Amino acid sequence: MSKIESALFDLSGLDALALQQSPIHRLDPRAKVLTALAFAITVVSFGKYDLTGPLPLLAYPVVLIVLGDLPPGYLLGKLIIASPFALVVGVFNPLLDRAALTQLGPLNVSGGWISFGSILLRFGLTLLAALILIATTGFNAVCLALTRLRVPRVLTVQLMLLYRYIFVLTGEGARMVRAWSLRAVSERRMPSRIFSSLAGQLLLRALDRAQRIHMAMLSRGFEGEIRPIRPLRLGAADAAFALAWTGFFVLVRFYNIPRLLGRLVTGIAQ
Amino acid sequence: MSHHIVEVKDLAYTYPGGTRALRGVSFRIVHGESVGIVGANGAGKSTLLRHLNGTVEPAQGSVRVGDFPITRKTLHQVRRTVGMVFQDPDDQLFMPTVYEDVAFGPLNLGLPTAEIENRVMQSLDTVGAAHLRDRPPYRLSGGEKRAVAIATVLSMTPDILVLDEPTSNLDPKARRQLIELLRSFRHTKIIASHDLDMILDLCERTIVIHEGRITADGPTARIFNDQNLLAESHLEKPLRMQACPICGPR
Ligand SMILES: Nc1ncnc2c1ncn2[C@@H]1O[C@H](COP(=O)(O)OP(=O)(O)OP(=O)(O)O)[C@@H](O)[C@H]1O
Ligand SMILES: [Mg+2]
Repeated sequence: MSKIESALFDLSGLDALALQQSPIHRLDPRAKVLTALAFAITVVSFGKYDLTGPLPLLAYPVVLIVLGDLPPGYLLGKLIIASPFALVVGVFNPLLDRAALTQLGPLNVSGGWISFGSILLRFGLTLLAALILIATTGFNAVCLALTRLRVPRVLTVQLMLLYRYIFVLTGEGARMVRAWSLRAVSERRMPSRIFSSLAGQLLLRALDRAQRIHMAMLSRGFEGEIRPIRPLRLGAADAAFALAWTGFFVLVRFYNIPRLLGRLVTGIAQ
Repeated sequence: MSHHIVEVKDLAYTYPGGTRALRGVSFRIVHGESVGIVGANGAGKSTLLRHLNGTVEPAQGSVRVGDFPITRKTLHQVRRTVGMVFQDPDDQLFMPTVYEDVAFGPLNLGLPTAEIENRVMQSLDTVGAAHLRDRPPYRLSGGEKRAVAIATVLSMTPDILVLDEPTSNLDPKARRQLIELLRSFRHTKIIASHDLDMILDLCERTIVIHEGRITADGPTARIFNDQNLLAESHLEKPLRMQACPICGPR
């Protein structure tokens, strides 16, 4: 259990990364949020049989990880933990969609497998971009950027509190499961009766705690917006960052670069 | 100027579940006093404190802080005046770093950046936690968390400090340091606790609460010598005032 606690629930590591100093960290949160959004839209807009088209987009996470000095292993770990969701979404494609679409040597590759791969790839890219955004910006700053970009405050504050409460909730949950497992030594799996009672209690406990945290925030003059220590300022570097990447995304979206490269290489070879 | 006065009149509160946590509480605390609020588990201490800065609205009765009765309009001013340190520091520390957490209050007051930097470092220095400034609060030890929680309140320069169980979960040394720290403060102090030894150290006046009512209010030394009163309120004499069972009565 302690494994899961440390691996799955420790999103807080992302916030710790956000404290680093790097050229990426210093950019205005708004520039990073908009760029990440453009990235996500580009990734999602690719067709479901397009496996090679989105590949060049990998440049974005790679460059940010390098410049932002982020630990790639840690981020990949988070991706793998979240991957079951994508597997569930995509897993039926190979069964339902058996028409051969392309040939890989002697192998017939069906459309289902390709779209499965494409779902995994696009899911991975989007999630990775989100993780990188938080790790280079910090969640509170992301919410602040959204507020400044005219997303209604009700939403951004909810989002921010939700993020904060997820730690609280998962923390409480982990503690309760530990309490159960210490007493139920012989049982391997939790009976569903106990599970549902624990889940109900967890919700109540989390609500209680959320309420207390909210009280503490109010006590210190909270009025709906967590204010930044340094005022946000958009500079030339921020604009250049956002525009350059968005330009790159558009390019990748409308030209299949791997195929062009392939043609170029085979063209030269002939 | 009377803005360090806290006046509670006939305060009653019932939780949504039906627990009658407070059943008519009245007292008045004046500028510069240190007052201990003692009582058994569930006596209603935390509930009472929550009324003192308006995080809970009274069902009956009123609370006055300085010149203002607590109402929606005065809430902002009241929360500047009353600094509340909660029972569980994990509830109080919610920002990604210690520095940001201590800056949270001053930022809400709309102070200029330089002044905020000043206040944050000063508050952290006061509680001896300046070296923790870049650490995430949830990774601190219990004593460090408590110190930082107090700093988050000090940075708002309150006149009145309200502390709920400040010594719970502290080891003897951290507890002693905290007591010395609190002793050094000039603020009006209201401290709820079962740690009667600490109350004896810090508060000249004590209010005893039992099942939502005040059962005694007076000089700490007198109250802690009243064996019957303490027993009725499910409390025990501070260890320091008991005869030592090991070395025997001298
Ligand atoms: N959020 C809540 N909802 C319902 N009942 C509550 C809530 N908080 C406290 N109570 C009840 O109100 C009563 C007073 O609780 P309170 O927390 O004020 O006691 P306390 O004196 O601070 O106790 P402790 O010393 O254990 O901190 C208790 O009976 C408690 O069960
Ligand atoms: Mg309490």
